[in-house]
Amino acid sequence: MAGITNEFLLERLQQQFGEKIKAAEETFGIVSVVIEPDSILDIVKWLNTDNILKFKFLTDICGSHYPDLTGQELCAVYHVQSMENNVRLRLKAFMPVSKPEIPSLTSLYSSANWMERETYDFYGINFIGHPNLKRILNVEEMDYFPLRKEFPLEDATRTDKEDQYFGR
Amino acid sequence: MDQTTLKENKIKNTASGEERESDLHIEYTTLNLGPTHPATHGIFQNILTMDGEIVIDSEQTCGYIHRAFEKIAERRPYYQITTLTDRLNYCSSPINNIGWHMTVEKLIGVDIPKRAQYMRVIIMEFARISDHLVCNAVIGVDTGALTGFTYLFQWREKIYDIFEHICGARLTTNIGRIGGLERDFSPEVYKKINEFLADFPKIFKEFGTLLERNRIFFDRTNKTGPITAERALNYGFTGPNLRAAGVDYDVRVANPYSSYEDFDFQIPIGVNGDTYDRFMVRQEEIWQSLKIIRQALDNMPAGKYFADVPEFYLPPKEDVYNNMEALIWHFKIVMGESDVPKGEVYHAVEGGNGELGFYLVSDGGRTPYKLHFRRPCFIFYQAYPEMIRGGMLSDAIVTLSSLNVIAGELDA
Repeated sequence: MAGITNEFLLERLQQQFGEKIKAAEETFGIVSVVIEPDSILDIVKWLNTDNILKFKFLTDICGSHYPDLTGQELCAVYHVQSMENNVRLRLKAFMPVSKPEIPSLTSLYSSANWMERETYDFYGINFIGHPNLKRILNVEEMDYFPLRKEFPLEDATRTDKEDQYFGR
Repeated sequence: MDQTTLKENKIKNTASGEERESDLHIEYTTLNLGPTHPATHGIFQNILTMDGEIVIDSEQTCGYIHRAFEKIAERRPYYQITTLTDRLNYCSSPINNIGWHMTVEKLIGVDIPKRAQYMRVIIMEFARISDHLVCNAVIGVDTGALTGFTYLFQWREKIYDIFEHICGARLTTNIGRIGGLERDFSPEVYKKINEFLADFPKIFKEFGTLLERNRIFFDRTNKTGPITAERALNYGFTGPNLRAAGVDYDVRVANPYSSYEDFDFQIPIGVNGDTYDRFMVRQEEIWQSLKIIRQALDNMPAGKYFADVPEFYLPPKEDVYNNMEALIWHFKIVMGESDVPKGEVYHAVEGGNGELGFYLVSDGGRTPYKLHFRRPCFIFYQAYPEMIRGGMLSDAIVTLSSLNVIAGELDA
């Protein structure tokens, strides 16, 4: 199978988008880049149509919450892959919890529909342009976003278990 | 069942291409298929809009068995998460378990001995066979052929017997450990595997002759629920369903893990992406899995079945009682105090239904900071309305079972 290296991928990405790529690292064989939320649609569209990279497959979308990073608490994580070149890429877009908005990829990938609904369901990230952004796995009456870190899993009122001994 | 009146008075039957106008108002029927229905084989609700027996549209509801695994995982030490992965695709739990172990092993950077890798391959391929057996037997049931189902389920039981001898459990296996396997294969396991390999091909061939070229079965499944390769990719299909549409993507070949590069096997692909092709792709994959298992057995390397990672792999019980160091490791592992490096890992394995991915973010603590499962069922089930639109209700049922949507994986 033909393949392109991660270095080539990153170089080409930086050449095309320059400052829009805010940070880049390679973790466990996958290039991981940090981008602005506004540029996600442009980048994914370019990756899809670029005739060298050919990232024509959206693998996954999920969210993540970092309460300590003020102003960029929520993160949308995208995995895209190029089956032809056998290479994967991770895109991360951080956004403030007060205004968690990012363009939707549904115009490009039908698969993004439920992935984005799931991410909205758990993290409250609003995907602008999504045709039907409502909860998917949780009950519709739920009025909070359960995977955010402010909801501890165990009963917070318990005093017999100290974090010191039992982790966070 | 209630009736809905729609204002447009022009309907098109996409199955036959015929379009007809009506002066009268047309009444579509809303039909609630599921959440629990014998024909859906799981908890799926579809609210169908029907014109007689033709499906006009479908709206899916999911989340009926959502168990918040990703949240629970954020409070569990790494080894305790294996039991959560059991319950994703419960028809092939060992693949999920081993996929998770490999994700953690990637993060902590440990090399697994060749022998353990081959043993894992054998277990994963048996899991794939049992997964595909259920799916294909059930396609038979939904087209009215119960015989194949009762026949093949004995053989799924025999695979579960093998799992039982390897790890003590049958369905939700919790098989293997981070760093290898919990114990070596016993002589009984080899005996059972060899019996299975000797007897099953004959039985499976018989099952094939029942359905593969059966006129009734062919007419019922050919061109039902088709999807093109382009749409399938756009919908994020992976696994047998994508290969049935004609794309030769298999994680075992594209990004080999656990020594899959050592084995010689073929990736079967279909042409039309319809129910018949999905059935045939799974049939052929079972033959390929048998081939892989035989190769793994024949070339089984000598050596240890676990890696040298005392901070994650439990020491033998006799050592725990007699050796201070082993006791300390045992305590540290059980209490979840082993240090894990920081990092972000994405690891994918070829599950029964497609690419099962684990996105793991570790902040160095005892539990994952974030864990996301890329569940193939959840992603490709979105395409279901598009695939059944314009077809008959009975085709919709067959299409659902040929997609092999597993409720546990859909809802996590």
